[in-house]
Amino acid sequence: MTPTALLTAQEIPALQYRATRDRFDESWRAPLSTLLGLGRAAGADFVEFFLERVNYISCLAEEDAITTITPRLATGAGVRVFRGKADCYVSTNDLSFGGLKSALEKALSIMGLTLPSLSAYIPEMNLELLRDYATARGKEGWLAECSPIAEMGNILLAANEALRQKAQYIQSRRASYFRDWQEVLVAASDGVFARDIRLTQSVGYSLLCADGSDRASISQRAGDTHNPNFLRAWEYDLEAEAVAESASNMLRADYVESGTYPIIMANEFGGVIFHEACGHLLETTQIERKTTPFMDKKGEKIAHESLTAWDEGLSPNAFGTIDMDDEGMPAQRTLLIENGILKNFLSDRAGSIRTGHPRTGSGRRQGYTYAAASRMRNTYIAPGSYTPEELMASVDKGIYCKKMGGGSVGPTGQFNFAVDEAYLIENGKITKPLKGATLIGDAKEIMNKISMCSQDLGLAAGFCGSVSGSIYVTVGQPHIKVDSITVGGR
Amino acid sequence: MSNISEIAAIAQDKATQLGISKFDVYGSSVDEASVQVDHGDPKQTKASNRSSVMVRVWNSDQTVGVTSTTDVDALGLELALKTAHEASFFGPKEHAPDFSPEATTPIPDHPDAVFPPAEIATLLGKLVGVEQELLEAHPAIVDVPYNGLSQREIERFYLNSEGALRREARSYTSLYLYSKTEQPGKKPRSAGAFRISPSLDQLDIQGCLQEAAEKTISHLEYEKIPTGKYRVVFSPEAFLSLLGAFSNLFNAQSILDNRSLSTPESLGSAIASPLLSVYDDALHTDNIARVAFDDEGTPTRRIALIEQGILANFLHSAGSAKRLQAMPTGHAGIGAKVSVSPHFYHICPGSAPQQTYNLATADNVILIDDLQALHAGVKSLQGSFSLPFDGWLVNQGQRTSIESATVAGDFRELLKAILYVEPECELTPAGVCPRIWVDSLSITGE
Repeated sequence: MTPTALLTAQEIPALQYRATRDRFDESWRAPLSTLLGLGRAAGADFVEFFLERVNYISCLAEEDAITTITPRLATGAGVRVFRGKADCYVSTNDLSFGGLKSALEKALSIMGLTLPSLSAYIPEMNLELLRDYATARGKEGWLAECSPIAEMGNILLAANEALRQKAQYIQSRRASYFRDWQEVLVAASDGVFARDIRLTQSVGYSLLCADGSDRASISQRAGDTHNPNFLRAWEYDLEAEAVAESASNMLRADYVESGTYPIIMANEFGGVIFHEACGHLLETTQIERKTTPFMDKKGEKIAHESLTAWDEGLSPNAFGTIDMDDEGMPAQRTLLIENGILKNFLSDRAGSIRTGHPRTGSGRRQGYTYAAASRMRNTYIAPGSYTPEELMASVDKGIYCKKMGGGSVGPTGQFNFAVDEAYLIENGKITKPLKGATLIGDAKEIMNKISMCSQDLGLAAGFCGSVSGSIYVTVGQPHIKVDSITVGGR
Repeated sequence: MSNISEIAAIAQDKATQLGISKFDVYGSSVDEASVQVDHGDPKQTKASNRSSVMVRVWNSDQTVGVTSTTDVDALGLELALKTAHEASFFGPKEHAPDFSPEATTPIPDHPDAVFPPAEIATLLGKLVGVEQELLEAHPAIVDVPYNGLSQREIERFYLNSEGALRREARSYTSLYLYSKTEQPGKKPRSAGAFRISPSLDQLDIQGCLQEAAEKTISHLEYEKIPTGKYRVVFSPEAFLSLLGAFSNLFNAQSILDNRSLSTPESLGSAIASPLLSVYDDALHTDNIARVAFDDEGTPTRRIALIEQGILANFLHSAGSAKRLQAMPTGHAGIGAKVSVSPHFYHICPGSAPQQTYNLATADNVILIDDLQALHAGVKSLQGSFSLPFDGWLVNQGQRTSIESATVAGDFRELLKAILYVEPECELTPAGVCPRIWVDSLSITGE
């Protein structure tokens, strides 16, 4: 018996690999194995390739016409090289063996590593059997099952007509849809070799109403990651009614008077406050930058004892659900905070190397032009024991934040959120609509002011922009009470 | 990416094979690299070389379909043309876009402003040095959590089946420094600075370093501010970011979509104090990201938007100009639906002020240096904003950092409440602008 013939560096230019162009499959094992070996032979501690193919389409109905249909086709790859705790990421559109090798060589060169001599042996990596979530989970046919262009247009036009029937004082109405089909392959020098197909779809309304100087704009979005028939199943009548009602309420709303108030935040998208004010601060990316007040608080109380929170990639159909992260690690359920005690951080590979916190299947990225980073998936506050009515009854004068807009958190933990639909609470009852409210505060302080959680946990689709681009996430919570918070207004 | 003549030839060849007689292609190729450091050590280095094109195809009914692709070779272009052709049958039948009438208008020949990129090791060496200087600027500065030195070369082109063919290339180098302080018993404070130039040699590194250090140190001693109405001075960067957030005021496509604070009839009306004039000028000599043509091939130019408070013009694509009986202005972004966006603002005093103001002598004025979270706090279709900011309370030139506050108002009212437009402009990435004084804005502090 003789061992497999050894490959030398001088033989690499003559290698004839024939990886398939329209599918990431076993045919990519040999070229990626060779390139990973080349990277290791050059002295890299760790090398990873991320290959991506995207077939995206978006469709927009404005008033009674389809005004935009935008297909986008993209392929690309990124190679990441670690040397100690430092890393380099190089991306390219060129998926040929030569193109990937050039990207690798550039990354090695940037890291101060030189290619092995021509006579040097190249230890090809022994990649695991292809861990193919796309095949194992029956996703191969998803793209073909999605609505074709004509059907997309018809459904959006019908949805926009439903909005016209429900709303008043319409200045502009839009219904939109996108389908983002993504095939990814990860191969790494630790033997990871994994493939997945993701199908992310979203529908939404955007309504602008105006009457004289009174204006109200309301947007609403829903999303899915597992159902090719998602658009067909969209119950747009219900959504149209909710959007129209919100716009109607907000059209005549008074501006909120700025000050400090107790607030009740609605469930579902209300969870954006936890996402921004706490979730981001539990990413190891923030520990690396020392921009989180929680970096040395694991095992300590950082929130009110009524608060327990999770981040996971497992909930069926949720917008942040993934079978594996963008570093090939299966998604998991991660307990972030339990009864106010910080239990875990969200970590990707780089975060694990640089901070020591174990990986949690949270290495995510928008696409091949970004290196993966520790990011959230489905993040939510666990339900409590109260009813929403009990929360409301506990407030003498405060604000009910029914529909949140976007928000952000700064490097010192200061956060802010816009409230798209708010109401004044007086003596435990909702009395009148308010507009122009912004919630501002300090993450560390606010976590101790979430004093009541109700039983009605709900999730909502969202988009999260950060160091590794814009990704799909879920935010969520039950109705919660924040004892006091600064509300910016007029 | 293949050279543009090759792409044009391939596109024409494939279009002919597919029976497509009318198409255009907008594309770009980007070669970039960036470095970050962490206390003297390289952290993450990135490099990228990528290309993409957007193909528009008109079918025999003159409806349009588009497709974008990153596969800029014969196979990729063929697939893109084919997909766009299929999509064209579902394209809008009314107001379908057409070629710009100015796509073949001659443009003055400007040489490409491309400088050779610096070595990564050079970028790292510079950034490590800058980070160290910033950390040494004050004992309270303990981190520069966000930093980056980047260089980028971009080539862009436009071609169409009627023979239009334009290209240009540019390079940029930029530096971003954002430092953070920690002091016992005090909240962390932070501030940053940004510089951009055509090459590393021309980059104002010392200026960026000095600005980041001065701003960060200036926030060390902070105080809460009582909620109320204040006279506010916007820094050039802050005012431009707010103007950018409400750019639908000038956007002809938004107006046609009923998603603007203006209507076609707004032209000629007073929308701001006569003290204010606003221009958009892609060709401004200070604009590092100068472009000579837009995504439809229309030459760019200087456009007056507000002159002495009067709304003077809108920004147009070829399609919006046709619908509003105007000329294209060179502001189109190609797509299934052509978008419109500004290039580079030039803001300057309009009519002569009756009274001048000076921060060195003013009392109880808030100087807003940087507005944050515009994506969340601006309701661009309603005209309102409520935004956190970094800034100072200024009394007789003495600045006291404001701990945490928001500024709120209606942008249209703000434009009319402008008290003073200072004469000296500053260069920012979004344009050139002086400090703008506004009366009586709502500030929420404590």
